[in-house]
Amino acid sequence: MTAVITVPSSLDDLSFELVLDQLAAHPADAKVIVDARHCTFASPYGLTALLTLAQTRSERPAFLPPEDADKLTYWARAGFFRYAEEVYDVQGSVPRPRSTSESDVLLEITPVVKSDDVHTVVERIKDKATQILTNRLHLISRATMGFTMALSEACQNIVEHAGRGGWVMVQVYQYRKRLGGRHAVVIAVCDAGLGFRRSLESSPRRPLTDRWDDGFALETAVVNGVSRYGDPGRGQGLKGIRGYVHRWDGKLSVRSGTARIALVPPWDDDVPRRDNLAPFAGAQLQITIPEKSAA
Amino acid sequence: MRIDVGSVLRHSANLPYADLVTRSTGAAVRRCIEAELSSLAHDDVATLDFTHIGMMDYSCADEVVAKLLLDLARRGGRPSSLVFHGITDAHLEAIEDVLLHHGLALVVHFADGAARLVGAVSEDERVLWQLVHARGTYLVDDLARDSARNSADVLPVLEALLDRRLLRRDGFTFAPIGVAS
Repeated sequence: MTAVITVPSSLDDLSFELVLDQLAAHPADAKVIVDARHCTFASPYGLTALLTLAQTRSERPAFLPPEDADKLTYWARAGFFRYAEEVYDVQGSVPRPRSTSESDVLLEITPVVKSDDVHTVVERIKDKATQILTNRLHLISRATMGFTMALSEACQNIVEHAGRGGWVMVQVYQYRKRLGGRHAVVIAVCDAGLGFRRSLESSPRRPLTDRWDDGFALETAVVNGVSRYGDPGRGQGLKGIRGYVHRWDGKLSVRSGTARIALVPPWDDDVPRRDNLAPFAGAQLQITIPEKSAA
Repeated sequence: MRIDVGSVLRHSANLPYADLVTRSTGAAVRRCIEAELSSLAHDDVATLDFTHIGMMDYSCADEVVAKLLLDLARRGGRPSSLVFHGITDAHLEAIEDVLLHHGLALVVHFADGAARLVGAVSEDERVLWQLVHARGTYLVDDLARDSARNSADVLPVLEALLDRRLLRRDGFTFAPIGVAS
């Protein structure tokens, strides 16, 4: 029996939970079809998380691409099908990816497996990021440096902790609703690896508590900067990301296992922590940095 | 001795990059720098030149800057002092964070001759360091007078700056590192 997992029309970090809620009912070896035919919007988080979803299945899933030609072109331009074809049986024909040089995709979907991949990501994005963050988001040069550092550290978490490869994507958006028309740049980094709880459980640095679960593990790592490595210099990457996001009025959310925590700025109405979510392997991180307010 | 960190990255560590990102890259560069520093005498001052480095992330700053300083402090090893040159905003955000994390500080020299104390320092340390750097050399009593402090209060602060290799002794005076008296 093949289960159909329907992708919502608007796919972002929050609505991806609807996908996982459907998936939770089916064991990893069950055949599933991920149906994105009616999806009209997908954020970098949505696209990279869809790829990691396929990695969590022992039975290779099928994928139905968006029906709308414009959306299909966008997904191709973002590099989605290049990697989807490695992990899904993609149904029907999809367009060939074209150059993203003139688009708002700052970094198309890029695999992160090893340390060299992080260098590639930084090399590819830093000049364009500087240009966009300075000209469109009106941030000072120090903010653009911090942005590339945050991106580098987020990608390194995959190399250092996940135990398997993941993907990163970066895009600029105009946030009509939440930011009153201001632009924002969004980084999504998703993997289907160990996740925070299992990573910390492999270390004596794991806090001894009866409350130990995915949410506690996320707080331990993201808020308290604890790493599974004993080296006192470890854990600064996520701490640095948190500091950067806070300084520039941004938002950080990290999901792992069955929990999600968020550093929520005043312009957003997300909640700081969600528990008892549908289980999903690995870690999924999103960073949003808004255009500097005119006020 | 001047060590071009960009050259170390590309040639000694054999990594074809312009940026100091990822912990493994930082560790490789640090090992190469440590090998170069080991040939110095105890009273030598080494300059690490970051002019040809693009950006630096937290992990690399921890490996290349913090671990190097921690190792020098722990072993009392060579050289006597490290001076950092060619540091820009592209490096400073990560460097300041890791220095504060470890309670470390360092001296950055700029191309125009200006210098800045970066990292975890007390207000007293910063004031006295700035006075010494502005004048070149200072006797303890003169420094106490110019900073409106007692000599007995000034001396332990200066000793701490010596221990942290942020100043050096020059006879009976205290002097900036990396500057000939």
